Amino acid sequence: MKGITKFVIADILKNRIILFYALILGVFSWSIFSLEDNTSKGIMSLLNIILLTVPLVSIIFSNIYMYNSAEFIELLVSQPVKRSAIWTSLFIGLAVALNVSFLVGIGIPVLLFVPFMTGMTVIITGMMITTIFVSIAMLCSILMRDKARGIGLSIMLWLFLSLIYDGLVLFFMFQYADYPIEKPMAIFSALNPIDLARIQVLLQVDVAALMGYTGAIFKKMFGTMTGYLVSLILMLLWIVIPFLISIKLFNKKDL
Amino acid sequence: MIELNNISKSFGNTHALKNVSMHLKAGKCFGLIGPNACGKTTIIKSILNMVVPSAGNILFDGKSIKGDVSYKNHIGYMPQIGRYPENMSIKQVIDMIRDIRAYQGIEDKELYDAFGIDQFGDKKMRTLSGGTTQKVSATLALLFNPPVLILDEPTAGLDPISSELLRYKIIKERENGKLILITSHLLSELDDLLTDIIFMQEAEVLFNKSVGTLFEETGEERISKAVSKLLKIKRA
Repeated sequence: MKGITKFVIADILKNRIILFYALILGVFSWSIFSLEDNTSKGIMSLLNIILLTVPLVSIIFSNIYMYNSAEFIELLVSQPVKRSAIWTSLFIGLAVALNVSFLVGIGIPVLLFVPFMTGMTVIITGMMITTIFVSIAMLCSILMRDKARGIGLSIMLWLFLSLIYDGLVLFFMFQYADYPIEKPMAIFSALNPIDLARIQVLLQVDVAALMGYTGAIFKKMFGTMTGYLVSLILMLLWIVIPFLISIKLFNKKDL
Repeated sequence: MIELNNISKSFGNTHALKNVSMHLKAGKCFGLIGPNACGKTTIIKSILNMVVPSAGNILFDGKSIKGDVSYKNHIGYMPQIGRYPENMSIKQVIDMIRDIRAYQGIEDKELYDAFGIDQFGDKKMRTLSGGTTQKVSATLALLFNPPVLILDEPTAGLDPISSELLRYKIIKERENGKLILITSHLLSELDDLLTDIIFMQEAEVLFNKSVGTLFEETGEERISKAVSKLLKIKRA
């Protein structure tokens, strides 16, 4: 398994898209921090970019890579390698490669410009989001045999989680504004990894005005530390559950 | 050595295999023949666990292959259409498989040298012609001296000289006591290769006989003629 993982990582890091991704993230973060004097505001702008681009690139890249690895997977399955080892190697390979580009692009400038604790929160959150969307992409690739459909499903999921979901939550909030809806709202945001990521950073930065409705509820319900831990655990579940489902499906797949 | 007990498999509504059983013993060369889409490749893929049968079990050396991968160390598999990672070179592919198999014995480089793999070892897999890809597949199947060889249409796409080289090698391995399973459409190619014939039709095994019995029953001396004669007798 070690050999396969190493091969996958080397193969992805050679890919020009990954280099370009790191470069673009780097340009974003360096320009934000050089233009903005207030680090809190800088973090907020960066957070919005991270929450929009990182999931998109992670899910699309991983999805396409999975489809392009069909031959690789087929070759390995005919050899004495456990199917779960193949799948896990691909997951680790994708997650490591995408996280490395994220660290190069965002991690370095954030550590230079932002106070250490806040910076680490942003970095950990970004890494979690990257890994979550690799996991979701792998699930999409196993659910859809057809490449075009699989990529379509990935784009739909990204669109849903990063844009449509918030719209629905807002709609729900206005519709039921007269009722005590704090708890359902907190649950709703806990179901979306992108909302979780936002809350996690906002709890750390403590810009109450920017926290938004769900963030404020989270803070009220859990307090800063517990809120942080709860959202961290929920994000870990977002990595583990789609991955376990996909590995189960892959073990039964006909090649 | 390999035992299939009542294997069934369906893809959606089509039955690819219906209650197929067979017993493959070492030292013999089995020819799996039959019309297109009769389930030959599905059988091979089931043995390699690339296709998971819906019912029945497969035993390798008496042990069920379910949940096990180590038995694949004893199988050399040559696919019908070799699909390899496009941006890997031939040498990288071979090295990767070498790494996975961790084979301790002496590698069997006969085909590797005969096909001259070394000369184009640095070429990327996507630039290779169909025939060259087949050569790589054959080399990989035989490189680690496995006691079982599973060859899916081995000579399709190979030039006559390479095809002869491969045939010669298969006969040699059969005489070394290996178990060989071959599928082919070209019955004329199988003479003096096979010891047994398994004929499949519409996802079922029609007959499973040794070549000697087949010749005796039909009075023919070539596999292609004998098979067609037997089919005529069966239909009548």
